[in-house]
Amino acid sequence: MRAVKRTAYAPIPITPVDEVALESRAAELGSRSIKTSSKEAALYLSVRCIDLTTLEGVDTPGKVESLCQKAIRPEATNPSIPSVAAVCVYPEMVSYAAKAVASSSVAVASVAGAFPSGLSDLKVRTTEIRKAVEAGANEIDIVLNRSAFLSGNLAQTYDEVSASKEACRGAHLKVILETGELGGYEPIRRASMLAMAAGADFIKTSTGKIPKASTPAIALCMAEAIREHAQSEGRVVGLKVAGGIRTAKQAWQYLVLIAETLGPEWLTPDRFRLGASSLLNDILLQIRKLKSGHYSGPDYVTLD
Amino acid sequence: MTTENSSFGLDYAPAPESASMVQFDDEYGLFIGGCFVAPKSGQTIDTINPATEKRLATVARGDAEDVNDAVAAARKAFEEHWSSTSGSVRARYLYRIARQIQERSREFAILESLDGGKPIRESRDVDLPLVAAHFFHHAGWADKLEYAFPNRDIRPYGVAGQIIPWNFPLLMAAWKLAPALACGNTVVLKPAETTPLSVLLLADVLNDVDLPPGVVNIVTGAGATGEALVKHPDIDKLAFTGSTEVGKWIRQSAASRHLPLTLELGGKAANIIFEDAALDQAVEGVVQGIWFNQGHVCCAGSRLLVQESIAEDFTDRLKRRMESLRVGDPLDKNTDVGAINSAEQLEKITELVNAGIAEGAQMHQNSCKLPDKGFWFSPTVFTKVQQSQRIAREEIFGPVLTIQTFRTPDEAVEKANNTPYGLSAGIWTEKGSRAHWMAMRMRAGVVWLNTFNKFDPSSPFGGYKESGFGREGGIQGLASYVQDSTGSF
Repeated sequence: MRAVKRTAYAPIPITPVDEVALESRAAELGSRSIKTSSKEAALYLSVRCIDLTTLEGVDTPGKVESLCQKAIRPEATNPSIPSVAAVCVYPEMVSYAAKAVASSSVAVASVAGAFPSGLSDLKVRTTEIRKAVEAGANEIDIVLNRSAFLSGNLAQTYDEVSASKEACRGAHLKVILETGELGGYEPIRRASMLAMAAGADFIKTSTGKIPKASTPAIALCMAEAIREHAQSEGRVVGLKVAGGIRTAKQAWQYLVLIAETLGPEWLTPDRFRLGASSLLNDILLQIRKLKSGHYSGPDYVTLD
Repeated sequence: MTTENSSFGLDYAPAPESASMVQFDDEYGLFIGGCFVAPKSGQTIDTINPATEKRLATVARGDAEDVNDAVAAARKAFEEHWSSTSGSVRARYLYRIARQIQERSREFAILESLDGGKPIRESRDVDLPLVAAHFFHHAGWADKLEYAFPNRDIRPYGVAGQIIPWNFPLLMAAWKLAPALACGNTVVLKPAETTPLSVLLLADVLNDVDLPPGVVNIVTGAGATGEALVKHPDIDKLAFTGSTEVGKWIRQSAASRHLPLTLELGGKAANIIFEDAALDQAVEGVVQGIWFNQGHVCCAGSRLLVQESIAEDFTDRLKRRMESLRVGDPLDKNTDVGAINSAEQLEKITELVNAGIAEGAQMHQNSCKLPDKGFWFSPTVFTKVQQSQRIAREEIFGPVLTIQTFRTPDEAVEKANNTPYGLSAGIWTEKGSRAHWMAMRMRAGVVWLNTFNKFDPSSPFGGYKESGFGREGGIQGLASYVQDSTGSF
């Protein structure tokens, strides 16, 4: 983790995006056939890249602790299955999560900054970020100020991300673009470039709180922006896809997309995350199927 | 099996399509008058799998006498029933063929990849859906020809001779058979020497749908078989897809006896990238343009013209993408680039590539390891290419791209059109007015905007200049298979 010095906004050149060709490339990548040893490796990798998430108004310390147990050891009877990357919770739950994962490799991620709208006074948002970090969050997921972005106020959008990064004080900053609200792929590319330039360590597709969540084409659009940023700035930024990812197949389709767009070096929890809650259980069922040759039902995995 | 420690990367585990899904005979005769008959020539040709060099089957090598029998069968079918079969009945046959192809598309796709070397992903996702689409589309026209040609009293030519190439064997058969049958012609079809099997499997479908005997006849063979068909005095129409060299000879032959003709020949298409293009998608378009079907595509975008201001950036993006292409087993579902169709074609590609190196162009290749057996050529890009070099002039018909630069739209137009060919062109820009300005100036039969190698049965396809004449697809394609009742053509 490193602190990034705040810089002033300067207009960023945006490479245009063609919707039809982008979507057809994403579909082509989705048709890769991942079998046998590749499938198993993909399933294990997917587990390692999960941000196991609970973001409900009804979350309680007990619920969070139970989620943390699952995050550390997803399947008690199969110790070969690794821990997930992080648990992702609301700021109020950070201290409980931090305690629960303390002796493990699992990180604590907290949404912050008036999630999921991102619309409150900047000071309120940065204060929330600071408090979450103080309570033990290693990673902070903020939402891009779409109000400022869509009204054309790119400098303000940039400055707010930059201020959030500063408030993180070394914690990793993930910037949620809420792509479903940006109105197309070109704004997604613009928002990606802006967030990266302003200091985001990760850019993230969605809050999971609106119906239009992550799609492979959106992830491809953002991955192409990350590639361009890496080429021109020499800086590595990660990608987190979130929202609507429930099946193991969806997960490995994202892995394929990342591998073929950014290269296999992006396939680590440092550079790629899957934000999900029910996904983990489907992966566990798939791993069990690979070993036993048959599917077991939903009652054979734990609902935490 | 691996454990958690093994990494997931670009070396996907093999995911082969099962070759045993398709049943085909060990030996094939000629399909004449609705059944397979032994060739009078008594000669045969082995067809091999270009990815393994193993023999797949033995097919007949038809001679002039065999061609004569096929033409006679087609004539008989035309005179006795097909010419008086109503459009709605012809439509019914075409619909049945289309549906049968959809049902058996997996078999056809596998056979196409086995016999021709193309990746199963392409035969499955591109060739076969388009084959079915062409039959469906033309089935729709069969009983509506009076609306396609209003105020004309049209009728079919009679017997159509059709010679198809090896790059899209079944698709090219569909492009030719569907409009011919929809318009009421009967057909003698000659598939290419190296890829006869999918068309021979199609004979099964034709019989399964009870297409009357003799309406479609298939004569396999090599150049001499095709020559016998071209020269046969009792064909009323000739359609050829193949090389410009052979096309020129056919045109001379057809001209000597006033034979209606359509030709779909070679190409050396420009794919033009402006600085304001969606660059990452343009890279994909260039990949589609030149590495689709190993570059064995007459409309391939084999000459890349990039605006000078982005040339270096774009070339870097393209080279990075080229490196990610998987070359290998055509039946593996993850293969991007398959086998070169034949030893002869591999030799032609190698000769031109060597000429490129000798003339001073700089070669860049994908580093994928090629299989030991079979015919293979790595995806290749040439930079430092000059307009005068052979690789920029001649059709390579392989996975080889040349990159040149331009400064202004005028220069792009000049370079794009400065070729004896004119089959297709690609334009990549986000500016609508520039796209139209360019498209109006392209001397090419198909102009793609922000895409490449996209086909549709309703869209006419064909060339300018040495790329041929006549169109396939759409109303324009239908027009090639009808004449006015006054007898003129």
